[in-house]
Amino acid sequence: MKIGVVVNEGPYTHQAADSAYRFVKAALEKGHEVSRVFFYHDGVNVATRLTIPPQDERHIQKNWSALATEHGVDLVVCIAAAQRRGILDANEANRQGKDANNLAEGFRISGLGQLIEMGVQTDRLVVFGD
Amino acid sequence: MSDTKKFLYVNRKAPYGTIYALESLEVVLIGAAFEQDVALAFLDDGVFQLTKGQKTDGIGVKNFSPTFRALGDYDVNKFYVEKESLEERGLTEDDLQDITYEDENDDWAEKPSIRIVTRAEMADIMADQDVVLSF
Amino acid sequence: MSTLHLVNKSPFETGTLSSCLKHCKAGDAVLLIEDGVYGAIDGSSISGEVKATVGDVALFVLDGDLSARGIDAGKMVNGTKSIGYDGFVDLVAEHDRTMSWL
Repeated sequence: MKIGVVVNEGPYTHQAADSAYRFVKAALEKGHEVSRVFFYHDGVNVATRLTIPPQDERHIQKNWSALATEHGVDLVVCIAAAQRRGILDANEANRQGKDANNLAEGFRISGLGQLIEMGVQTDRLVVFGD
Repeated sequence: MSDTKKFLYVNRKAPYGTIYALESLEVVLIGAAFEQDVALAFLDDGVFQLTKGQKTDGIGVKNFSPTFRALGDYDVNKFYVEKESLEERGLTEDDLQDITYEDENDDWAEKPSIRIVTRAEMADIMADQDVVLSF
Repeated sequence: MSTLHLVNKSPFETGTLSSCLKHCKAGDAVLLIEDGVYGAIDGSSISGEVKATVGDVALFVLDGDLSARGIDAGKMVNGTKSIGYDGFVDLVAEHDRTMSWL
């Protein structure tokens, strides 16, 4: 099956980003196609590359980035939600005159249309949030 | 490429205390352009999103409730509001804002977008959807 | 046509599980994840509601979330099935839609 996933909360504060990650891994292991994961609301905060979690804790952002680089999962961060919360790629930072960017590897910033498109194109859609 | 799907946007949270109500509305607005069969469900505290007379100057945030009234122009006109959720909260349909659309299949007659449904009817509506988005 | 309902909050913190149970239809499944697993403990103030639904509706808990919280599987409402993420994926595939009660 083609499965789409939505992550509505940021790393560490809520379990959503962890639950979604484990779900995606299990789905891939079972041979399903997880074409896209869409990050909305505070979920965009999963995509900052600046986190420094304690050494003995899982690195949520790196876990997700690996899904992109190793399994080709399309990690999409909603631009509207990202702008509100200060998650920027180099392009956005340039465009908006900001002096820094912070988007992690494997993530891309795009519009809400990607979420709807995911709903249209997948067989199943699962939302993780609060 | 794909057939039209039934999308249900589930709203269970009150406005302003958290951003979910506002940001879910933003999805509905963008989603309207994709010409799917869209419906909005308001249950539990989600019914509070539709109260009339929201004035937000005192808390310094944007009043986004007028946006609901614009949805009719984008063919989003199925606002299912749960009766029991209203009653549990001491509200009636009169407490909700007037949201209408023009029915192109009925000589552009103005009709209400808000449809009050029972809990049982809401369960049936949910069971009929292809894609359910929760916020 | 059936629905997989996901609940991730403790029923003692919010009314979400109760609302979910009131919207389930025969043939649906409810999967409790994260703090939602507390809803499966038998003998609680919500157990009556849970038991009334179980039978028509299949009840599952995510085993990882259960053991993380130190809840013994033996303490759960009769008929509750403990599954892993692979079982979670199977449920998503088996039911026509997944509805998250957030």
